[in-house]
Amino acid sequence: MDVLLKEYLPVVVFLGVAFAISCAAVIASLIAAWQKPDTEKLSSYECGFEPFDDARRPFDVRFYLVSILFIIFDLEVAFLFPWAISLADIGTFGFWSMMLFLAILTIGFIYEWKKGALEWE
Amino acid sequence: MAEFLSEYLWPLVLLILQVVAIIVALLIAVAYLTYAERKVLAAIQLRRGPNVVGPFGLLQPFADGLKLLTKETIIPTVANKVIFITAPILTFGLSLAAWAVIPVNDGWVMADINVGILYLFAISSLGVYGIIMAGWASNSKYPFLGALRSAAQMVSYEVSIGLVLITVLLCVGSLNLSDIVRAQQGLWFVLPLFPMFVVFFISALAETNRTPFDLPEAEAELVAGFFSEYSSMSFAMFYLAEYANMILMSTLMSILFLGGWLPPLNIAPFTDIPGPIWLGLKVACILFCFIWIRATFPRYRYDQLMRLGWKVFLPFSLFWVVLTAGVLLYAGWLPGQS
Repeated sequence: MDVLLKEYLPVVVFLGVAFAISCAAVIASLIAAWQKPDTEKLSSYECGFEPFDDARRPFDVRFYLVSILFIIFDLEVAFLFPWAISLADIGTFGFWSMMLFLAILTIGFIYEWKKGALEWE
Repeated sequence: MAEFLSEYLWPLVLLILQVVAIIVALLIAVAYLTYAERKVLAAIQLRRGPNVVGPFGLLQPFADGLKLLTKETIIPTVANKVIFITAPILTFGLSLAAWAVIPVNDGWVMADINVGILYLFAISSLGVYGIIMAGWASNSKYPFLGALRSAAQMVSYEVSIGLVLITVLLCVGSLNLSDIVRAQQGLWFVLPLFPMFVVFFISALAETNRTPFDLPEAEAELVAGFFSEYSSMSFAMFYLAEYANMILMSTLMSILFLGGWLPPLNIAPFTDIPGPIWLGLKVACILFCFIWIRATFPRYRYDQLMRLGWKVFLPFSLFWVVLTAGVLLYAGWLPGQS
């Protein structure tokens, strides 16, 4: 436990210092700069006219689809990490088990390709 | 009390000082990357580039930084204020935090954890949150669309980056970044895994929103993409984070494929030069290519970008994972295979 903590302490310190520096930079700018807000300045940006609508409108469903596909394939990558490290130990059986898993995944991938989920026209 | 001081406090202070030293060095590197980018672009376009502030314009990045620091921070009235302020802090903090596990020489690493690659992969995945938060919290049309595009692009290419990492890991058998470099003592992975190097390079361009994949901030359409509404230091933080991520991706590329701190040949004149200089040279070469590409290539269309990511890189890198694993297993070349 102790050794493990010792290894990860620099990571925690690094995260702490990194976020402290980021916060400090924003606060420093708030202090250093002359703040003089007015309504026009604080209205959201639009090319040359008054913003007439809320920006949170329905957007293309493809973005949602891409994120769903990402979750599937990123999980696959997460499964591949331990497999890649221990392939020497698990040998042929481990290799073919993963191939079976990848084959099932590839069938799904071909299906979504044929269904046109990857089209952006 | 004295025991507490010598046992816990001084090592901690020393650690914090080391971390600060690394971050300061990194920030100076980022500052001069922006300078180098402007100079190289200028040279390619037969201009002078920044040459007024300091000798050869060398103080230009600091002048820019000071200027941005003294600008007014504008928070739009319709924005979600807390998320709006948090987004640049998160993006910038994450781009620095990734450096905790990067080895610059044998044993010169802050945290020699044995899941280094996994940590980097996780941190770079979290980068998407900063972008989505910024685009959503701005409550303005351009940042919103820019954030959607940016996020979709980053997650698409992250999958192929993940698969490229797997091929390298298959050849190394360890998640530790120092072990990955040591495994390349005889042969850099760029030679046997060259197609994967190309995939990684192009994915790195897409991941850091660089030309020819800089659609999220396609000036003609989306102003500045997800950070259109930002000003002052919060704008600067997105900018710095983008360049810090560029350096991170180049360093990762050097470590994974170009032998990190190792000299190109293991003979006398090369081995006399210390490792960090070799790493720095490799990173500088890759960064030069990034800038060169920016000066040379036109922008991709969005459907082309998505097609390249999902229909070319994903199947191709998946195929290479299978191929590499199969070859290594059946030829008996796996690390640790008896």
